[in-house]
Amino acid sequence: MNISDPSETFRQEARELLDQLEAGLLDLEQDPSNDDLINSTFRALHTIKGSGAMFGFTAVAEFVHEFETAFDRVRKGQSKANTALIGVALDAKDHIHLLIENPDAPIDGGAEILVQLRAIVDGAAVDGHGEAAPAPAVVAAEPAKPADTGAKRWRLTFYLPNDALIYGTNPELLLKELAGIGPTTVLALTDRIPDLDIIDPEVSYIGWQVDIETSEDPTAAIDDVFLFLRDNMELTLAAVTADAVAPLTAGAVAPVIEAVAAPVVMAPADDAMPEAPFVPEPPVAKKAKKAKAEKAEAEKPAATSLRVPAERLDELMDRVGELVIAQARLSQIANSSSDTALKTIAEELERLSSGLRDTTMGIRMVPIGTIFSRFRRLVHDLSGELGKQIEFITTGEETELDKTVIERLADPLVHLIRNSVDHGLESADKRVAAGKEPKGTVRLSAVYSGAEVAISVIDDGAGLNHERIRAKAEENGLITPDTKLTEQELNHLIFAPGFSTASEVTSLSGRGVGMDVVKRTIDGLRGTIDVATTPGKGSVFTLRLPLTLAIIDGMLIRVGDGRYTIPLAAVEECVELPAGLEASAKGRNFLDIRGSLVPYLRLREVFGLKGEGDAHEKVVIVSSGEGRVGLVVDQIIGNNQTVIKQLSKLHSGIKSFSGATILGDGTVALILDTAHLVASGQSYVERNLGRAA
Amino acid sequence: MSENQDYMTALTIRLEDELFAVEASRVREILDLVPITEVPSARAFVGGLINVRGRVVPLADLRVMFCMERPEPDEDTRIVVMEVDIDGEPTIAGILADKVHDVTDIETASIEEAPKVGMRWRPEFVKGIGKRNGGFIIIPDMERIFETSGGRSPSAAASEERPAS
Repeated sequence: MNISDPSETFRQEARELLDQLEAGLLDLEQDPSNDDLINSTFRALHTIKGSGAMFGFTAVAEFVHEFETAFDRVRKGQSKANTALIGVALDAKDHIHLLIENPDAPIDGGAEILVQLRAIVDGAAVDGHGEAAPAPAVVAAEPAKPADTGAKRWRLTFYLPNDALIYGTNPELLLKELAGIGPTTVLALTDRIPDLDIIDPEVSYIGWQVDIETSEDPTAAIDDVFLFLRDNMELTLAAVTADAVAPLTAGAVAPVIEAVAAPVVMAPADDAMPEAPFVPEPPVAKKAKKAKAEKAEAEKPAATSLRVPAERLDELMDRVGELVIAQARLSQIANSSSDTALKTIAEELERLSSGLRDTTMGIRMVPIGTIFSRFRRLVHDLSGELGKQIEFITTGEETELDKTVIERLADPLVHLIRNSVDHGLESADKRVAAGKEPKGTVRLSAVYSGAEVAISVIDDGAGLNHERIRAKAEENGLITPDTKLTEQELNHLIFAPGFSTASEVTSLSGRGVGMDVVKRTIDGLRGTIDVATTPGKGSVFTLRLPLTLAIIDGMLIRVGDGRYTIPLAAVEECVELPAGLEASAKGRNFLDIRGSLVPYLRLREVFGLKGEGDAHEKVVIVSSGEGRVGLVVDQIIGNNQTVIKQLSKLHSGIKSFSGATILGDGTVALILDTAHLVASGQSYVERNLGRAA
Repeated sequence: MSENQDYMTALTIRLEDELFAVEASRVREILDLVPITEVPSARAFVGGLINVRGRVVPLADLRVMFCMERPEPDEDTRIVVMEVDIDGEPTIAGILADKVHDVTDIETASIEEAPKVGMRWRPEFVKGIGKRNGGFIIIPDMERIFETSGGRSPSAAASEERPAS
């Protein structure tokens, strides 16, 4: 539970950094001259090296050091990031991953990767070697940069970022490093130090002015010194000509005057003291505030990545569930009491517990983008292996799902994407022959739909070949030649175990394992799979998953003597069942909802209850994905917070229910599985319309 | 069965007019009758759910498995909450008892295997028959009874999983 092993901490951190590195490299492939990407990639490497060495992962540190050295040339603009380089860099990243996971095992291959890497970097060198690094070295005082031959004295002025000290930067070491470039004269700039009473001891206020004597242009060397600070710091570098070797204090005075000037503009606002003879506090205080705001900004990312073991979250969720049930009981007691104080506190508690529920649930929700990124690598590799050009587009990365669901989704999605790339997309010449772009597209998207999230893998390939699926299924004995199947049923045959239409087995797919894994995993998550295909145009695989969740908002209904809960997110509307509809419908159970036909199910019949329904039955229209169905109930009782409890194995086979919950009075109510009910409603429609046609 | 070689410590309950013995070690608690939620389409043996301290627990009626009459509950009716392995998975379940008697030690030596013939119950549900004060005590095989695949009573099996239409 608690992570006491420091090397485990390093591994977790390194895994995240490697993910960053991979994402950066893949982005870089698209946009090879983006300096921000190059820099962030480089920083990820550097951090892995640093902490690797610190935690005793020497093999990692040594390898990354070489990697970094090679990559440094890209950073300096001496070499270009190209596809070959990215390919080797990704291999290198995988190698680092191996080294981190098995620190003690001897792992070969590192040397070759480095040799390749160096060869590519040298080969891709930019012409005009001598040219100084252009972009990453942003030097403010560029115009003043003279030819190398001129000045031997350079004046560097810098202020560290406000948070530099918090992150462990030691200015003394920086100054020492600068001294390594050439003889230096250092002057501390104290102009930004605020009054003692508002000083924040963790903020770096002091600036430094460093005069360096060197015959070469020190820009690159200085950049190296400030590599990790460069983004947020102020830094100017200028060559000093003889006449400018003026009193060093001049620079320090200017800001002070500036600071004094500002409040003069501000002063009139202060009516009480219109002629304040002294100017001080406002600007400094303001500055301090600004500094604080910046600091808060800087701390934000750190605060969002708190690591908590999943078990603790589960425990918290259980407790909240119990609280919600207790609260529901209290509300019920309060409602039947005339004690207003009790009612007030019950309402207050209801508000608090529903807030606590949402927050707790929010903690467990993770954007699905966290797994999308790993598929980019998958597609990149598949593209190389199969020689197909593929554009991979993802949308809806921000869609959130319960963490456990997301983790279990990764495998099915890998299979689906492989399937789309390997079976779906045609080779470039076939595509051209079919009048399509040579580059195939695979799209991965996630959207909310009702109480579900729909995740689609869409390709613009050849589509499913129904004849071949049929032939294969007959060959495998899954169906007999005279079996009649709807298109949807035919599509679903590919999820049968051992089924594959690929005539040859590639290293990727065709062995018939995979799609049945997808089906099983999605079933396990109580989700569904839709397959839609247009010959020649492509296929769409859509996974529909419940938002999960341990607690949902529910609508409580009554059928006969039993009370049941319907997930509120699935409810579209409630209408009254028109009297006498039954007689006129002649067994066809459809409702006319604003012009569209909606089938309805009598829950009384579904549950096999005896007796007649109430005189005024209601219909709750629920939706799931594309489908809708009306559920006829005796009474709609109201809304409640529903803590989902799993049914035991004794009842898990009953598909109409997705779980149970405990009501305010302590009794148990079953939760209807709307997706299943909608599906059976739909099959009912198909049967009936089929008969009518 | 019990750890003790000589005795089996058991809770005795009455169903119809027969005495049954449940290993005391698996019994969690004994409850007065609580509201029972019916589960539509479930087999009659496990037709209900109850709330046991905030947990949703399936309620089983052994009388179904032993083909007994199922009269309405009266003031003696109790629910025995216990642990059973359902297909190897430890689960909390409740069983209805017409009356709960006491905890008693049954001499292991006195327990006999259920006779294959001459019994009105399916022999695989009976682990053994013990004797006490001249009467018989039936020791049911809970794991076999709670197995989800087999062991369902003929009448209940058909009602499982009706298609919703």
